[in-house]
Amino acid sequence: MKRRFRWLMRTLVFCTLAVTATGALAQGKIKVGFMLPYTGTYAALGNAIENGFRLYVQEQGGKLGGREIEYVKVDDESEPSKAVDNINKLIKRDNVDVVVGTVHSGVAMAMAKVAKESDTLLVVPNAGADAVTGAMCAPNIFRTSFSNWQPGYAMGVVAAQRGAKKVVTITWKYAAGDESVGGFKEGLEKGGGQVVKELTLPFPNVEFQALLTEIASIKPDAVYAFFAGGGAVKFVKDYAAAGLNKTIPLYGPGFLTDGTLEAQGAAAQGMLTTLHYADGLDNAKDKAFRAAYQAAYKSAPDVYAVQGYDAAQLLGVGLAAVKGDLAKRAELVAAMESSKIDSPRGVFTFSKSHNPVQDIYLRTVDGTQNKFTGVVLKAIADPSRGCKM
Amino acid sequence: MAPSGSCRRRHDVVVTFAAFLIQCLNALQYGLLLFLVASGLTLIFGILGVINLAHGSFYMIGAYLAYALAPFVAGHFGGSLFATLAIGVALAVAFGYALEWGFVSYLYERDHLQQVLMTYGLILVFEELRSILVGDDVHGVAAPGWLAGSVPLGELMTYPVYRLFMSAICLLVALAQYVVIARTRLGMAIRAGASNREMAQSLGVNIRFLYRVVFAGGVALAVFAGMIAAPVSSVYPGMGNQVLIVCFVVVVIGGIGSIRGAFIASLLVGAVDTFGKVFFPQAAGVLVYVLMAAVLLWRPEGLFRET
Repeated sequence: MKRRFRWLMRTLVFCTLAVTATGALAQGKIKVGFMLPYTGTYAALGNAIENGFRLYVQEQGGKLGGREIEYVKVDDESEPSKAVDNINKLIKRDNVDVVVGTVHSGVAMAMAKVAKESDTLLVVPNAGADAVTGAMCAPNIFRTSFSNWQPGYAMGVVAAQRGAKKVVTITWKYAAGDESVGGFKEGLEKGGGQVVKELTLPFPNVEFQALLTEIASIKPDAVYAFFAGGGAVKFVKDYAAAGLNKTIPLYGPGFLTDGTLEAQGAAAQGMLTTLHYADGLDNAKDKAFRAAYQAAYKSAPDVYAVQGYDAAQLLGVGLAAVKGDLAKRAELVAAMESSKIDSPRGVFTFSKSHNPVQDIYLRTVDGTQNKFTGVVLKAIADPSRGCKM
Repeated sequence: MAPSGSCRRRHDVVVTFAAFLIQCLNALQYGLLLFLVASGLTLIFGILGVINLAHGSFYMIGAYLAYALAPFVAGHFGGSLFATLAIGVALAVAFGYALEWGFVSYLYERDHLQQVLMTYGLILVFEELRSILVGDDVHGVAAPGWLAGSVPLGELMTYPVYRLFMSAICLLVALAQYVVIARTRLGMAIRAGASNREMAQSLGVNIRFLYRVVFAGGVALAVFAGMIAAPVSSVYPGMGNQVLIVCFVVVVIGGIGSIRGAFIASLLVGAVDTFGKVFFPQAAGVLVYVLMAAVLLWRPEGLFRET
């Protein structure tokens, strides 16, 4: 309903603009299509990404590569079954020049497929599905976030270092969860540990009690959990309420404690997670970014905002190299590929498969912050299995 | 070696049995909470004949009310849990009453498609209002201090007291519903209205008022469930939709309009969901629906269809 109404409004506005300002279309605006979750479990993430993206564009005076940026939005509802329709709306109906999205891995996979077939420029600002820069990789697809493998693998390394031999993993049964656990397993086994049981439940089910009881009866050395948003809050709280956090350390990728700490409260204190971003990174770029974001949106930025911001930076690099001329696709892609993004997370580059080559940090939950505790892996690249490019 | 082996085996059996008992407790507790939400749905569905898709939204509203009211109640009434619940339920009754008057009362004569459209529209409105008023962040709600502890259970596990408290409250509400429906004048009128609307009307029962009360009651039950569940489930966007689907399963299994059926069905669904996750993790997502299909094949009217 809401979308239709907005669309109607937009059409009206467009018609008015078209009538009144026909002259100004010589070097027209670049249309960026946001396909993000604006409702449902991941709504807050979608908004943060859009805010981050807009912040960078605003800092550049509303222009990238000398051309003004205008936005079109579609709510993907984190619903894979509607993903193809939704991205086609942006590509075919709205004629966007570049698509930015999304959070949910299943939706992102469908988007990558359509983008690949239609040769539309796609920047993925969150969804970590390994295949997006693996089997599905393409010259026109970039990711500014991470692959599920990256933080998972790093946490596996940490868990093994901390002496975990017998580990139980728990996640929603969907691509992101499987891949995160896969990366963790690889890192853990390399360090001599072993995953003794992989627990799963259907997405986005949040009735964890039965599986917590299962964990208590297995008595592992550690638990690795992949959840995000509301599910992450509930899992961490339930884990603590079940008293398991006293005897079995709970590890996870950063999503377990990102943007959720206010709600998790005492239950999350002292937890260790791995991610490509952390609070208290002592770099000038991060400080400037945080101040600007706070001033613009009256709230503190999170990793999702950073990823959105970097998506805009990456697009900016490409557009600057071709002076806003999208027809020079090969040069645009080449510039993006070889770019060095000065991100709030620290400088990162891109792998051949267009996934960030970045540091993964160990963070400790302290109050409502994921405090930087150390670098687990420096400039780690995703193995990008199955990418032929 | 042999004795120590058998000893260990016995120990394992004891541990497994303890774990099984804890799982039973998990199942019971989940089932009871489901009942709280589903009973409101089955009341509205069975007596008013309205398919209320917005029922999950009422659950969500309840959870958000618990989040929003807690500081206010703490400021004005010393922050008692029961004060928060009382205020929330009072608001919910008023809200349900107004909603019936403004929207739902126009649906009784319409077909199911129009009811579904209207109540689905309400979901979108409520979600959007929630987004505007409270935002899209996840929030936690603290359990009251005297319920924040936990009791040891098994070797490693502890069970939060609040969950036990929740179960007790759910049982109380179930009992209260039974008493109201079966033992009071209002309950008699409700039963009469459900089985024969015209006859009840001609015997002097004010059907319009009765329906309004039932709808308000159903909304209050869902809101109450949301408020009770908030400390355990946290508060997040779209939390009602998930609950709604399971509740429809409960209502269908139990038989439309039957409180008793909803009670039994909730416990069944709770058990199947809990043990399904443990024993058949691959199929955990579909087991509840398999149960529904099986019951429908066996009894197309549900377990306790009141005729």
